[in-house]
Amino acid sequence: MTIDSKIRDGLEASALPEPFASWFAGRGWQPRAHQLALLDQAQSGNSSLLIAPTGAGKTLAGFLPTLVDITVHEHNQKTGAVRQSKAQSRRRGIHTLYVSPLKALAIDIERNLATPVEEMGLPVRIETRTGDTPQHKRQRQKLNPPDILLTTPEQIALLIASNEASMLFADLKYIIFDELHSLVTSKRGHLLSLGLARLRQHCPQLQTIGLSATVADPEALQAWLVPQIRGEEPALSERIIITGGAKPHITILQTDERVPWSGHSARYAMADVYGAIKAHQTTLLFVNTRSQAEMLFQALWRINDDNLPIALHHGSLDASQRRKVEAAMAQNRLRAVVATSTLDLGIDWGDVDLVVHIGAPKGASRLAQRIGRSNHRMDEPSRAILVPANRFEVMECQAALDANYLGAQDTPPIGEGTYDVLAQHILGMACAAPFHADALYGEVTSASPYTMIERDQFDRVLEFVATGGYALRTYDRYARIRLTRDGTWRVSNPRIAQQYRLNIGTIIEAPELRIRLTRHAGKGTNVRGGPVLGKVEESFVEMLAPGDTFLFAGKVLRFEGIRENECIVSKGGTGSPKIPAYAGGKFPLSTYLAEQVRAMLAEPDTWHVLPQQVRGWLEIQRLKSVLPSRSDLLIETFPHEDRFYMMMYPFEGRLAHQTLGMLLTRRLERARARPLGFVATDYAMAIWGLRDMGLMFERGEVSLSDLFDEDVLGDDLEAWLAESWMLKRTFRNCAVISGLIERRHPGQEKTGRQVTVSADLIYDVLRSHEPDHILLQATRNDAASGLLDIRRLADMLERIKGHIIVKRLEQISPLAVPVMLEIGKEPVAGEAHDDILAEAADEIIAEAMG
Amino acid sequence: MNRASAAQALISDDMIKTAEITICATTAICDPLGALYLPESQTIVVSDLHLEKGSAFARRGLLLPPYDTIQTLKLLQAVIERYQPKCVISLGDSFHDRVGAAGLSSECHSQLSALIANRAWYWVAGNHDPDRPAGLDGDWVDELYLEGLCFRHEPSSTEATGEVAGHLHPAARVVRRGKGVRRACFATDATRLIMPSFGVTTGGLNLRHQAFRGLFNKGQLIAHLMGRDRIYSVPFERLIA
Repeated sequence: MTIDSKIRDGLEASALPEPFASWFAGRGWQPRAHQLALLDQAQSGNSSLLIAPTGAGKTLAGFLPTLVDITVHEHNQKTGAVRQSKAQSRRRGIHTLYVSPLKALAIDIERNLATPVEEMGLPVRIETRTGDTPQHKRQRQKLNPPDILLTTPEQIALLIASNEASMLFADLKYIIFDELHSLVTSKRGHLLSLGLARLRQHCPQLQTIGLSATVADPEALQAWLVPQIRGEEPALSERIIITGGAKPHITILQTDERVPWSGHSARYAMADVYGAIKAHQTTLLFVNTRSQAEMLFQALWRINDDNLPIALHHGSLDASQRRKVEAAMAQNRLRAVVATSTLDLGIDWGDVDLVVHIGAPKGASRLAQRIGRSNHRMDEPSRAILVPANRFEVMECQAALDANYLGAQDTPPIGEGTYDVLAQHILGMACAAPFHADALYGEVTSASPYTMIERDQFDRVLEFVATGGYALRTYDRYARIRLTRDGTWRVSNPRIAQQYRLNIGTIIEAPELRIRLTRHAGKGTNVRGGPVLGKVEESFVEMLAPGDTFLFAGKVLRFEGIRENECIVSKGGTGSPKIPAYAGGKFPLSTYLAEQVRAMLAEPDTWHVLPQQVRGWLEIQRLKSVLPSRSDLLIETFPHEDRFYMMMYPFEGRLAHQTLGMLLTRRLERARARPLGFVATDYAMAIWGLRDMGLMFERGEVSLSDLFDEDVLGDDLEAWLAESWMLKRTFRNCAVISGLIERRHPGQEKTGRQVTVSADLIYDVLRSHEPDHILLQATRNDAASGLLDIRRLADMLERIKGHIIVKRLEQISPLAVPVMLEIGKEPVAGEAHDDILAEAADEIIAEAMG
Repeated sequence: MNRASAAQALISDDMIKTAEITICATTAICDPLGALYLPESQTIVVSDLHLEKGSAFARRGLLLPPYDTIQTLKLLQAVIERYQPKCVISLGDSFHDRVGAAGLSSECHSQLSALIANRAWYWVAGNHDPDRPAGLDGDWVDELYLEGLCFRHEPSSTEATGEVAGHLHPAARVVRRGKGVRRACFATDATRLIMPSFGVTTGGLNLRHQAFRGLFNKGQLIAHLMGRDRIYSVPFERLIA
């Protein structure tokens, strides 16, 4: 174990004051070096980032400065060691804020912290405050604040927008951010960074403590933790990194079964996985999507001859059901849990001794996080088995495995602060107190994600908050905030503040319906009532016809219909179940892993670690076609069943490939190559059509460099985006976050169409009239980095310039097989348009004629 | 297709495909822009324009784009130019609220006035606009009888025969090949017709929603869905909730 921050000489257990020293001693413990280092930094008045693997005692390290400070202060007062006036000595506000991304984590911490506090008899009051905290308790917390408040980013936003903020936070000394690496990369993190900037206005001496897993760019987190000055080099907090710990013991599943060419189910490996569960005490099985979780759970129970207690846990399940699983897990009553990312973060889950990862992990850091779930003690190695679902995934798993050993990290960057979040914050600040635009701009740019924002952009967002920021200035009389004579902006009426509080936060769920299980009571009628199983996305339910079946919560359910905002189902049903295709939970292949896989492909010397069947597959590819070098883009063309195929292997992840597919198809259309469709996977993509594209390239009818020119991201992208549902979804999120439209609240759905307004319709109206509106800019920025991965696409187009290799083949190449097998299976993300309507209408005509 | 881009890029008249329907022996044409045309009396019927919806929200602190009226009027103008009607019936909820008409910008006001001029124009009372629109010409009626049909805003529970109503904003959904498409529609069982909403920011209500219960003879009910350039006619039993 190494610590890269200077630790002063003589820092030992004895450095701790009583009763801490004897508490440690009494348990035969030594305080860990990083715990003391963090305490030392805090006592010297510094903010710090602590990077440590799970099980390193991060939580206690984070809270130690607080506990010591309060205890010493209390002691001094009693003994009169330090004389202070009454006004000075009486602390009225909160001493320490602890912010975690998960409610459950805050509650978990409260429990864990209670033990040392009670055992040492510390004079510290700890409370949680989350969305679930009852109103009367919140009120009491404002009147009589606890010493330590454990809370979430949304609650911080609410508290700083309230009138009591200055009183609550006047004495704030520390703020601890847990799982900082996961907090900062989203819009939630952007909002929180602005909240932190505001807290510093209340107490300029405020110190921050960030707790994080290993990240690719620790300096970004260090900058996040301390105030920045626009135009200057980033200011950084102190940093304490604990490396080492026991090396995880990761293997790729060894199997005698044939690894399939394509697919994501890993069904071939079920017997081996079940065997591994039997051989261990408690196994956590991670998958990438909720639908995979459902499938895996079903598949395991089908062969569960020993009736092992195996449970299912994912975000769409009803909360009570999840709590049950969590409780059973904590009591070690389960042998295995199938889970998605809901279990990723640092909650303590009993004695897990094996992690099985089904499918490729898509990112090396994600793998490291998940593996950290097993053997929650740092000194013992975690055990993990990776189960690739297909042959490409074998390579990806191998790449991830190398990365984990090498400590390579590919966490996403923090990203620049978004405008919609800024809009929400500006309104919140007006709700708290009148502000000067200059001062608020200074405050906002002190938050590291917003340091780069230009003043005129800030002013446009401010204008948006006030009057909507439209070129047609008709809303001045309806302004939400107004510039008053004294130069401050004020909320124009109290109703605005109320509205703001109801719409706070940045988490926008896709519209979901509750799934209610009813008894099927014969033809057409269903018994009302029955339990709620969880939630499913509206867009999925819209694809179902009554009588269709699907898998949910480990059950095969029959869809009966939609009643108000509920999806009514009954048990059983026949036919092959469709599976909920949740929008959430599909991670793109990280750039880092993609590069590793490309490298592996290019260097046959590295293949010896791969299983024989995968090696053989690559060998034949080398014989029949080409293996692209690391920087090349390989394109193969071949005929197959009266279609011509163009196969590409960019390894840039599905999202980027899908976007590229849409754009290339448009261009090929114009070049009269008559493309018919395309399919994209994480590794490759295929376009097929009526003309031989290879021949067209050869004859120079289509120029490859034109086809892949970076200007494809210009007008073509714009034209396609305009009608894209993906952009509409992004717009909806921006519109809600920025306060343009209201959030849907549970129970509010029935208020009817007259009072609600559809974000899609607003988008259409705004785009056709004011395409440069600030909110449309925000939407495009989001799409560029998120949904469409345009940035990644741009990087790739630049990388492959002059490095495109075309291989014309007579038939399918080995590398192409997995992609070809996806055709027809993968729904082409896309636009369902009038042709669907024509089909439905024309069926009737056909019927009438036939 | 969305209405706002339809307003942006209007399709030339000879390309469109309408649907001819019969309500109680009266022939009518459903236009893909969302208007009903009665050839006999050269009348256009539009419903639920919800003009000034944006500003109505703005008054409540939700600053929606102030362009909805401009676009709805553009569509209305297009459909009037297409049929050159002698008479226009706006079937209620013409304005999103009582003060909507007074809030029209001067440009919109003159555009609308020009459309009203030189033809018979009827404002039918709606639940959103129970009063005569201030400062605009045209006759103000609760209901209207023409060509043997009765025009009123809310469908009545008793007199279905020959009724043309709005209010419910019917929309219908079709699923094929795992893809769903939802569009506003004319809903008729040949006895009664419920009009789609015409305003660009008006949402729709699925024809299978309980609000439509008892209004139609389901065996005869056909949804005429509005596509980009044509009407798609689909029987009720093929629609999805």
